[in-house]
Amino acid sequence: MTPRIRRVLALAAAALAASAPAAARAQAAVPALRFEKYTLPNGLEVVLHEDHSVPLVAVDTWYHVGSGDEKPGRTGFAHLFEHIMFMGSEHVPVGAFDRWLEAAGGNNNGSTTEDRTNYYEWMPSNALPLALWLDADRMGRLLPTMDQAKVDLQRDVVKNERRQRVDNVPYGRADETIRAALYPAGHPYSWPVIGSMADLSAATLGDVKNFFRTYYAPNNATLVVAGDFAPDSVRAWVRQYFGGIPRGPALPARPDPARVTLARDTMLVLEDNVQLPRFYYTWPTVRVFTPDDAPLEILAAVLAGDKNSRLYKRLVYEQQTAQEVFAGQDGGRLAGAFALVVTAKPGQTPAALAAAADEEIARLAREGPTARELDRAKNSIRTGFLDRLASVNTKADVLNTYNYFAGTPGYAQRDAARYDAVTAADVQRVARQYLAAHKVVLTVVPAGQRALALGGASATPVPGAAAAAGGGTK
Amino acid sequence: METRALEIRAARRAPLAALALGLALAAGPASGQMAPAPRADSFPTTRPTLGPPKALRLPAASDRRLPNGLRLVVVPQHELPLADFALVVGTGTEADPAGREGLATMTADLLEEGTTSRSSLQIADQAAYLGVALNTGAGWDGSRVLLHTPTAQLDSALALMADVTVRASFPAAELDRLRKERLTELLELRDRGPAIANRAFAQAVFGGAHPYGRPADGTEASTRALTRDDVQRFYSTYWRPDNATLVVVGDVTPDDVARRVERAFGEWRAPAGAALAGPVAPPARAAGAARVVLVDKPGAPQSSVRIGMPSAARATPDYFPLVVLNTVLGGSFTSRLNQNLRETHGYTYGASSRFDLRRSAGPFVSSAEVTGTKTDSALVEFMKELRAVGDTVPAAELDKAKRYLVLQMPGEFETTGGIAGGLIPVVTYGLPLDYYNSYAAKVQAVTQADVQRVARRYVDPTHLTIVVVGDRASVEPKLRALGLGPVEIRSAGDVLGAAAAVPGGAAGGPGAR
Repeated sequence: MTPRIRRVLALAAAALAASAPAAARAQAAVPALRFEKYTLPNGLEVVLHEDHSVPLVAVDTWYHVGSGDEKPGRTGFAHLFEHIMFMGSEHVPVGAFDRWLEAAGGNNNGSTTEDRTNYYEWMPSNALPLALWLDADRMGRLLPTMDQAKVDLQRDVVKNERRQRVDNVPYGRADETIRAALYPAGHPYSWPVIGSMADLSAATLGDVKNFFRTYYAPNNATLVVAGDFAPDSVRAWVRQYFGGIPRGPALPARPDPARVTLARDTMLVLEDNVQLPRFYYTWPTVRVFTPDDAPLEILAAVLAGDKNSRLYKRLVYEQQTAQEVFAGQDGGRLAGAFALVVTAKPGQTPAALAAAADEEIARLAREGPTARELDRAKNSIRTGFLDRLASVNTKADVLNTYNYFAGTPGYAQRDAARYDAVTAADVQRVARQYLAAHKVVLTVVPAGQRALALGGASATPVPGAAAAAGGGTK
Repeated sequence: METRALEIRAARRAPLAALALGLALAAGPASGQMAPAPRADSFPTTRPTLGPPKALRLPAASDRRLPNGLRLVVVPQHELPLADFALVVGTGTEADPAGREGLATMTADLLEEGTTSRSSLQIADQAAYLGVALNTGAGWDGSRVLLHTPTAQLDSALALMADVTVRASFPAAELDRLRKERLTELLELRDRGPAIANRAFAQAVFGGAHPYGRPADGTEASTRALTRDDVQRFYSTYWRPDNATLVVVGDVTPDDVARRVERAFGEWRAPAGAALAGPVAPPARAAGAARVVLVDKPGAPQSSVRIGMPSAARATPDYFPLVVLNTVLGGSFTSRLNQNLRETHGYTYGASSRFDLRRSAGPFVSSAEVTGTKTDSALVEFMKELRAVGDTVPAAELDKAKRYLVLQMPGEFETTGGIAGGLIPVVTYGLPLDYYNSYAAKVQAVTQADVQRVARRYVDPTHLTIVVVGDRASVEPKLRALGLGPVEIRSAGDVLGAAAAVPGGAAGGPGAR
C-alpha cells in the first residue's frame, strides 16, 4: 500500500449533505450524533462522541485558520505550516510523531482549506492518550525546536505536492486561474490553497513563528474525540495535557467580504499539455449552509450528477461529443461558487458543447426539474449521509464541520431538513438567479490551439501555461 | 471503473466468530521507556504509557452454497441500516487473450449498460433513485459486482444487482460507446506521466508476451478489435454461479439474506460441464540485468520513477515475511523510502513500495514522483534503500513495523465496506474464512532472518528495472552518469501505441472531423 500521503490539500471545503426521504419511499431517518461539548478556561472547545462498536478512536483538531487568512506574498502558507506541524515539538523529536503513533497502530493526516486546517489521528482505543499528548505538545510547544532546516525541508515537500497536483497534471492550473478571475484582488479565496512557487520560496522562519503565535492557540481550535473511550478519562487527559496551554492574543479581525458579482462574463484561455479541450463555467453563488446552498447542490446533481442528468445524458451518452461533464456547488465560509466543467471528445469544439450546455441550463430554468430527478438527487445524497456515520474518523470530521460552519456540532437533523425542503421551484429559482448571472469562462486548450477557446479571439490568454516546466522557482 | 490491484497489504482481516487477536506484544512505548506518574494539571514531559490493546471481536461469518452453486458468505454488522454486497467471480484480466487486452474489464463494464429488461439509462436511474452505489469491474484475478445499499431498499437493490449480473444483454451500441470512451482515455494518457510510467514499467518487467506486461484496460489495437462475440464468450465462460462467491456484510441476518439472494439470483444457472478455471499467467521471465528505461516527457517539472522486478505469487509461503518487509521498506509513512526521499531530502511528496501479489508472480514496485531537477539524486537514494533493506533490519524497526500491522487491525474492520473488502482476497485466493484469526500471530512470527532472506530474493539491486518518465533533455545525461545499467530511450508513443484516432459521435451525431 502507499503510505498514507499526509498533509492532504483539500481544494474545497466539504459541504456536507443529507437528503430528504423521497415522498415515494420510506427512507432511513438520519440518526442523531450524540455529543458533549465544553470549553476549557483557555478557550479550547472540546467535543466528545462515544461509539463503542469497535475498539477504535479518532482525534480531530480543527484550527480556525486557512489559506483565506494569508497575507499577500505568502500564499500557500497555512498549508505549508500544516506540514511543519508534524516536524516535532519540545518533547517530540523529529519523526517521532509518526513513529510513536505507528508503533501503537495509529495513523494520522491533516488537510488545509481556505477556511480551516485540521489534524487527525485514528488508532486502537488504548492509544488515545498518546495522540492527545502529541497534539497538546505541538499546540503548546512547537517553537522551542523549530528551525530553518525544518521549514526548508517541508517547503521542498510542498513544492513537490504542488507539482504533483498542479504543474505536472493536465488542466492542473485551472483552479488558480479561475479563482484569480472570479474574486477581486485581495479576496481571501482569490489565490489557491497550495499557493504559488514564488510565495512558498519567500516563506521564512519568522513567518512560521508569527503564524503560530497568532493562530495556533487553544482559543482558535476545536478538539473532537470520537469512538471507544471513557469520558471521565478523556476529560482528565484533556485537562492535564491542554489545560496549561495559555490563551493566545486576540485574533486578527476576520475578513467578511461582500458577495461577489461580475460586471460581465470574463473569457480566458489557457494553453496546456492536454489532448482534449475543456471548458469551465464558474458562477459566484452563496456560502455553505445558507438557504440557497442545498438547492444549488440539487441543481448540480440534476445537471450532471448521474447518467440520466441533463448534460451527461445529452453530451456524453447520446451525442457522445463530450468525454466527461461535472457540476458542483462549493460553499465555503466566506463565499460559494458553482462550477460546470465539460471535456470535449476528439474533434469536437468547446463552442458546440457550450451551446448545448447553455440550452440545457436555460431549459432547466424555464421548466424546472421533474419529481424523478429530485428523488434521484435526494436519495443518493441521503445514502452519502449515512456513509459518513460509518467510521469514527468521518463522524469526528462531521462534528467539527457542523461546529465551525453551522455553529453547533448538533446540526445533522437540520442539515437533513435542508434537503427535505428543496422543491422543484427552488431548483428552478436558483438556476434562474445564479446561472443567468455573469460568470468566469475558462477554456483549456492544447498548445497552439487558442482559436478553440470560447469567446474566440476575445478570450484573454493566461500567461506562462503550456510546458511551464518549473512552475515558477526551482 | 475500478481495477484495484490486490496489494500485499490489501490483506484486510476477515471476521470470524468472536475473533480475539490475543496480542502477544508488550503494551507501552516501543522503547520500553515508562513515563513517571505526572502531577495533576502539569504537562508530562514524556509520552504516556499505554494500557494493553483491547481484543478485537468481530461478528461470525456464515458460509453456505446455494442450489445453483453460488457460494454465499454473510457477516452481520448492525451498526447502521446499510449493507455491502460483493459478488466475486474467480476470473479476471489474467484471462484476456493476447490481442484482446481489456476484455475482462470491458465485459464487467458492459454489465451496467443493458439487460434483457432494462436499458443503460434505466439501470442508472434505478440505482440513483434507490440511493445505492452499483459498480462493476475486473482486476487481475477476479471480476466483481459491488452494491452498497441502505437496507430499507434491500430487495429492490438486490433485484437490480442480480439483473446486471444474470441478465446482461451487451448491446452493440453500448460496446461502441465504451470503445470510444476508452480510445479517448488512451489519448488522454499521453499527458499523464504517472500513468505512462505504470504502463512502461509493466511492459519492461514482464514483456509484451506475458499477460502482466499488457494493460488491463487495453491497447488501442485491442480496444478496436474487441467484438460483442468476444464479450459474450468471456461472460458465458467465466460469469457462472459455480465460479462466484457473494459476500454480504451489514444490517442483515444470514438466513434471511440467503432467502433474498436465492430469490434474486435463483435463475442464474451454470452451463453444463464443470466451471472452467481461467488460464493462469505463466511464471514471469527471469529478471534480467539491471536496466534503465527513460520515457521522454518534454518539460515535465517532475519525473515519475518506478523501480522493481517480478516477485511472488499470492500463495507464496513467503507472504508474511513480504508483508513485514514491505512495511519496513515502503508500506507506511515511516517506512524507509518515504523517510529518506520525502522527510530527509524533500525530493518528493511521497515514496512507497508494494508487492503486487497475484495468482502468478506479480511485480514488486517502488515509486515516487520526484523533482525533475533532482531525478538523479532521488535515484541514488532509492538505490541506497533498495540495497540496504537486504542487510539486517534492526530489531526495534522490525518491532515497530509488526506492531503497526497488527495493532491497526480494528481500523480495517470498522465499516461494512472495509469488512467486505477484506473478504474479497480471502474468497479470491481460496483462503480459509478464519484466515485472519492467525494473521497477528503470523506477522509476529516473522524474524529478522526471514526479512533478510525475502529482501535479498525479491529486491535484488542487480536485477531491478528502473523506469523514469521525465524531461529527457535535462535528465538523460545525469542518468547515464549514474551507471545504473544500460539506458533505453522511449517516447510516450512507444509506450502507449500510436495516438488513437477516435471515431466520431453517435450514429446520426456529428462525425469525426
